[in-house]
Amino acid sequence: MWAFVGRRTAFTLIGLAGSIAASNVEAYTIYVSNEKDNTISVIDSDKFAVVSTWKVGRRPRGITLSLDGKWLYVCASDDNRVDVVDTATGEVVRNLRSGPDPELFVLHPKGNPLYIANEDDNMVTVVDVETNRLIAEVPVGVEPEGMGISPDGAILVNTSETTNMAHFIDTTSHEIVGNVLVDARPRYAEFSADGKRLWVSSEVGGTVSVIDPASREIIKKIEFSIPGITKEAIQPVGVRLTKDGRKAFVALGPANRVAVVNAETLEVEKYLLVGQRVWQLAFTPDEKLLISTNGVSNDVSIIDVEAEKVLKSVRVGGYPWGVVVGPK
Amino acid sequence: MGPFRSRRQLQACQVICLLILGICLSFALPIVPAWAQTPQPVDIRIALITRQQPPPPLYEFDPVPEDEGLAGGRLAVRDNNTTGQFTGHRYILEEETLEEGQDAVAAARSLVERGVGFLAIDLDAGDVLAIADALKDENVALFNVRATDDRLRGADCRSNVFHVAPSRAMLTDALAQFLAFKRWRRLFLIVGPQPGDKLYAEAMKRAARKFGLVIAAEKPWEFGPLARAKADSPTTAGALTFTQNLDYDIAVVADEAGDFGDYLAYRTWDPRLVVGTQGLTATTWHPTFEVWGAAQAQTRFRRTADRLMRPLDYQVWMAVRAIGEAVTQSKATDPGAVKQFVRSAEFGLPAYKGVSLSFRLWDQRLRQPLLLVQPRFLVSVAPEQGFLHQRTPLDTLGFDQPESACKLQ
Repeated sequence: MWAFVGRRTAFTLIGLAGSIAASNVEAYTIYVSNEKDNTISVIDSDKFAVVSTWKVGRRPRGITLSLDGKWLYVCASDDNRVDVVDTATGEVVRNLRSGPDPELFVLHPKGNPLYIANEDDNMVTVVDVETNRLIAEVPVGVEPEGMGISPDGAILVNTSETTNMAHFIDTTSHEIVGNVLVDARPRYAEFSADGKRLWVSSEVGGTVSVIDPASREIIKKIEFSIPGITKEAIQPVGVRLTKDGRKAFVALGPANRVAVVNAETLEVEKYLLVGQRVWQLAFTPDEKLLISTNGVSNDVSIIDVEAEKVLKSVRVGGYPWGVVVGPK
Repeated sequence: MGPFRSRRQLQACQVICLLILGICLSFALPIVPAWAQTPQPVDIRIALITRQQPPPPLYEFDPVPEDEGLAGGRLAVRDNNTTGQFTGHRYILEEETLEEGQDAVAAARSLVERGVGFLAIDLDAGDVLAIADALKDENVALFNVRATDDRLRGADCRSNVFHVAPSRAMLTDALAQFLAFKRWRRLFLIVGPQPGDKLYAEAMKRAARKFGLVIAAEKPWEFGPLARAKADSPTTAGALTFTQNLDYDIAVVADEAGDFGDYLAYRTWDPRLVVGTQGLTATTWHPTFEVWGAAQAQTRFRRTADRLMRPLDYQVWMAVRAIGEAVTQSKATDPGAVKQFVRSAEFGLPAYKGVSLSFRLWDQRLRQPLLLVQPRFLVSVAPEQGFLHQRTPLDTLGFDQPESACKLQ
C-alpha cells in the first residue's frame, strides 16, 4: 500500500516535470489565427504542441467559438467575410456576411448573434450565425476594433481606434446610447463577469481605462512602467479578467510582457515576460492557463494563471493574432 | 400595355407606402438616440491653402497628382467628422488653390475673414512666414505641411505656426542614424544647383558630425537634369568620371527637385549605394508601409482618392487630424484655446507610427518617427534602436532644444 502511494506520487512528479502539470489540468484545444499565412494553428493543451494547421480565408484575425465548441468563427479580413470552421474536421464549411474588413467580433452570451467590427468601414455589423441574416449595421467611430458585451447581453461596447472612444450600443435597439472618450487607439474592451466594470485598453495611449458601465465614468486609468522599457514600447492590447474578479491580465505589445493586475485594487502587481509583440489573450475554460499571441516571434506563450508564471512557448504560424480555447 | 399598367400601379403603391412611412417616422422622431439629440453641431472651419504647381517642363512618368495633399485633408476631415457626430462637432475643409504669382497673404486674410480658424499651409517657406506675420494678431492656428526649411523651426519660428512637415535636419538625421547603425561612414556628398539642394547638403553635413560620419568627398553636380532628359555623350562621360578616384562608402545626393539623383544609382564608378533625396530616402509616408494600423489608412485613402497615399497627403492628414484630436480631447473649439492645447504636454496624436506624436513646446515642431524607404520598399524606421535621448528617442531627430535658435514670443 505504501509502496503504491509512493510510486503514484513519483509518477505525478515526473508528469509535472515532463509535460507541465498535465495531471491536474484538463485538456483543451487552443486555436490561434495566423494573420500573415492565412491559417489556424491548433494546439493540444495536453501536449503543448501544434497538432494540426487549418487553411482559412485571407488575413485571419478575430477568432471565437460557438458555445458548444463545434464551430470556430474566424474574421477573414481581406476576404470580407467570417469563416465558419467545423472543429471536428478543420474544414471551412460556410461563410457569414460580415461587412467589409471584419477585424474582431464578440458572440452574444447566448451564442447568437455575432457582433463584428468592420475596421475599414466605421461600422459594427450584427449577423445571425444560424441564418446568416444581417440583423443590423451600427455606424461607429473611425477604425472600430475592440468588441465587448455585458454578461447579460444588453450592452455591446465597441472601441474605435482613431476616434478614441468606447461606444455603448443597446443590443435591442442597435443604437448608440453613450460614448466614453479614452486614451489613444483603443484596441480591446472586456466586461468583468459581474458586469460592473468595463476594461478598455489604449495601445498608443499606453493605458487601460477601467469604466463603470452604469455611469459611463472612468474609475481609473491604469498605467504601466517596466524598468528598461521605454514608455512608447508599452502598448496595451488584449485584456482578460478572471471570473472570480481577482485578476486581470493585460498584453503589452512590443514591451513583450503581460501585466498581472489586481482587479480589485486596480494596481499592477507583476509583469510576465512572453514572446515579441504580444496582442491577444485567452484563458482555458477552467482559467488555469492563459495563452498569449506573440506576433513578431511567431509563437504563443502559455501562462499558469495561479502561479503567474510562463510555462512554455509554442511556435505557431506567421504573425499569430487571435486566440480562443475550446473543449478537446 | 399590360406591364406598363402594372408598373405604374406599383409606383403609385410605392409612393403611398413612402408617405405612410414618412408619417410614421415623423411620429417616431422623439425617440431618436441620446447622442443624436445634441444641439446643432459646432462648426470647425479648416482651410488648406496650396499653390498650383507649374507643369513639369519635361516628360514626367509619375506626375504629381492634382489633389496631392488635398486628398489627405479630405480623408482627415471625414475621419474627424465620424468622431464629430458623437461629440457635436462638424469639420469643414475649404480648399484654396493659388495661381502662380498670386498673393498668399491676401488669400489667407480673406479665408480668416470668412471665418476660417485653422489654416494648413501647403506653400514654401517664404509664404509660410509672410502669412504667419500677417496673421499674428488674428485668432487662427497655422500648420506648415510642406516647407522643410529648418529656419522656420529655428531663427524664424513663429508662435502661431505648428510644423507637421519634417525639417531637413530631421530627414538627414534619420538617414545619418541609419548609416551610423550600418557603419557606412564615409560619405560622398553630391550637391545639386538649387538653393534647397544646398540647404539639404548643409543639413547632411551637420547630421554627419552629429552621428560620427565623415564627409570623404563633396562635389557640385554640373551635368544638368540627367534623370529627366538624355544628354550628349561628353556630358554623360563627364558624369561618369565625376565619381572616379574617390574613396567613400556611400553616395549622398542632394537633389530636392529630382533632376539627377535617380541617374546616379548604377552609374557611379565604384559599386556604391545612393542615399539622400533619391535612392534610400527619409520620408513621412510610403505605400509599402503597413504596420501600426497604417494598412487601414492606406486602404481608406486608396478607396476615396483612387490612388496611393503620398507623404504630402499624410502631412495634411496629420494637420487636420491634429486639430480634430485637440478639439475632441480638450472639448475646445476656439482656435486660440485649441492652439494652447495642441502645444501642451497633454496633447497626443496617434498617426500610425506606433507612438503618440506631440509638438515640442519650444519650437512647435511635430515629434515623429520617419520612414527610410527605397522606391518600392520600407527599409527602416528612424529613430534607430539604440539612439537614446533624455526626453524621447524622437528628439534625436533634428535640432534639439539646447541648439535651437527658436525664441517663441
